[in-house]
Amino acid sequence: MATMSITRDEVAHLARLSRLALTDAELDHFAGQLDQIIAAVARVQEVAAEGIPPMTHAVPVVNVFRDDVQVQCLTHEQALSGAPAAEQERFKVPRILAED
Amino acid sequence: MSHPTDLVRLTAAQTAAAVAAGEVSAVEVTQAHLDRIAAVDTDVHAFLHVAHDSALAAAAAVDRKRTAGEPLGPLAGVPLALKDVLTTADMPTTCGSKILENWRPPYDATVTRRLRQAGVVILGKTNMDEFAMGSSTENSAFGPSHNPWDLGRIPGGSSGGSSAAVASYQAPIGIGTDTGGSIRQPAAVCGIVGTKPTYGGSSRYGLVAFASSLDTPGPLARTVLDAALLHEAMSGHDPCDSTSVDAPVPPVVAAARQADVSGLRVGVVAEFGGDGYQPGVLARFAEAVELLESLGAKVFEVSCPHFKYALPVYYLIAPSECSSNLARFDAMRYGLRIGDDGQASADEVMSLTREQGFGAEVKRRIMLGTYALSSGYYDAYYGKAQQVRTLICRDFDAAFEQVDVLVSPTTPTTAFAIGERVDDPMAMYLADLCTIPSDLAGNAAISVPCGLASEDSLPVGLQIMSPVLADDRIYRVGAAVEAALEQRWGGPLLDQAQGLAQAEGGTR
Repeated sequence: MATMSITRDEVAHLARLSRLALTDAELDHFAGQLDQIIAAVARVQEVAAEGIPPMTHAVPVVNVFRDDVQVQCLTHEQALSGAPAAEQERFKVPRILAED
Repeated sequence: MSHPTDLVRLTAAQTAAAVAAGEVSAVEVTQAHLDRIAAVDTDVHAFLHVAHDSALAAAAAVDRKRTAGEPLGPLAGVPLALKDVLTTADMPTTCGSKILENWRPPYDATVTRRLRQAGVVILGKTNMDEFAMGSSTENSAFGPSHNPWDLGRIPGGSSGGSSAAVASYQAPIGIGTDTGGSIRQPAAVCGIVGTKPTYGGSSRYGLVAFASSLDTPGPLARTVLDAALLHEAMSGHDPCDSTSVDAPVPPVVAAARQADVSGLRVGVVAEFGGDGYQPGVLARFAEAVELLESLGAKVFEVSCPHFKYALPVYYLIAPSECSSNLARFDAMRYGLRIGDDGQASADEVMSLTREQGFGAEVKRRIMLGTYALSSGYYDAYYGKAQQVRTLICRDFDAAFEQVDVLVSPTTPTTAFAIGERVDDPMAMYLADLCTIPSDLAGNAAISVPCGLASEDSLPVGLQIMSPVLADDRIYRVGAAVEAALEQRWGGPLLDQAQGLAQAEGGTR
C-alpha cells in the first residue's frame, strides 16, 4: 500500500474550509477517492517546467474599462427575487456574530 | 411537409428555409417538436423544463414577422434545446443542482438573448451534470439522461441533455458548454456534431461559471452546416464578458459550405491512441484519416509530448477555479437555504446548505480545488499545473507550424453503460482525455460522426482541432468528412440507429 497523499483528517479540514458539513460516511468515502485523484494529478510534478511562465487564461487578457456612464441594472425587486429571505429591500441572513 | 415526423427530421437550415418561404409556419414546426418531446422524453429525459407556451409564442412572433414582410435570420423559426446552465429570465435555471432548484434568474445570458433576437425558438432547458462537472449526466441532481441509441447508456456529458435531445429529434440544434469536452464528447457518443469555439468567441455572460478560464458555450447539431449556423448566431464580441474576444466571428458558415480539404495539412496526434482506446474507435478513426487523404489532404503524424499531462493539469486547474466560483452558493442571495432556525449562524447555514445542495462530484471538486490552492500546496499543484498548461499550449503552437488542423478520436470509447463509472471518478475523467488539451489552450475543436464501432454498433466521433480564431477550418474539414461519409453510408449516421435516435422511434 502506497503512502496516503491525503488523510481523512485533512479531508475533514478541507470540508470545513469549503463550508461543506460532510457526514462521517462521506468523509470515509471521499478520503479514499481524493487520495486516488491527488496521486493522479501529482503527475504534473514530473514535468520539468523551471522558468516556464504560468498560464492563467487561454487567450491574452487585459483589463477592460468601459465609459463611466450609467446603464440599466437590476431593480431591487429583481435582485431580491431569488433570495431565500428578504426584508426592507435587503437580503436577510442568519446571525453572523456569536451569541453572548 | 406538414406531417410532424417530417418536420422533426428537417435540418435547421431546411427548417429556416421552409419557414422563410411560407411552406410551413414556425408554430407548426414548434408544435411538431413539442409533440415529439411529449412522445419520447419520458424515456430520454433530455429536458428539465419544457417551455411549451413561450416556445409557441416565440414561434408565432417569427410567423408574424414573416407575414409582415420583415427579414428573417438564417435560424428564424428553428427550435432549440438550451443547456440549463445559461440563464433565462422566463424559465428556471438549475445547472442540474438541487442548490438552484426552481431558481428563476433575473436576466438572460448573452447567448440566450442572441438566440431570441435571431428568432430561434427555445423549447426548454436541458439536463446536465451538476454545474457541468461530469461526462455522463449521471451527476445531475434530477436523474440521468439516456442515449437515444441505447437507453441503457450515457448520452455523454456534461451537455448530455442537449446531445440526447438533438439525437432523438426533439430539437434540430442545441446549446452546450465545453470546459473539458462537455460539448464534443456528448456529440461523439450520440452520433451528432458538436463544437467548442475558440475561448472567448462565445460569451460567458449569464453562463453559470464552473471554470472561468475554460468555459465556452457552443453548438450541437445533426449536420456540420447547422452547427456552423448556430455558431455564427450565438457568437461575437460581448462587452459584458471581460474575456470576450473583440474580433470578427470566423467565417464558419462559408467554410461549412466549402467542405474542401484538398491541399490541407492534417496532423494526427501521436499521443492519442493505444492502451485505453476501444479498438472500434481506433478503427473508425484510422479510416477517417485515410478518407481525408483520399480527399486530397496531406496527413502527417505530429507529436505533442505534453498532452499526456493535460488530464492532471485540467484536474488541478478546473477544480481550483470551481472551488472559487462555487463559493457564491452561500445560501444568502439565491438558491437553497437549509437550517435557518433562528439559532444557527450564517456559517452553519452555509455549510448545511452546501452539504445538502451539492452532489458528490461537486463536493469532490470543491475540496480538490481547495487543496490545490491551499498554502503549502499551491506551488506544487496549482502553480505547476499553470506552467504545464503553457507547455501544452506551446505543443499546439509547434504543431500548427507544421499542419493546418490536428485530428484525433473525440473520446477513447463509445457510450458506456449508465452506472458503470458513476462512483469511480478517475475512470469517468478518462472520457475527456482527448478533448481537454483544446480547452486548456483555448483553440477551436469539433466532433463529427465517423461511423459505428464494430464491437457495439455505437457512434464514434472524429475530433478536428484548429488554432485559436481559425474556427472556420474545423468546419471546412468537418463538412468534407461528413459529405464523403454520408455518400458512403447512403445517408446520415443517425439513420443507422435503432431506437429513439430514429425519428419514428417513439411510435413503433
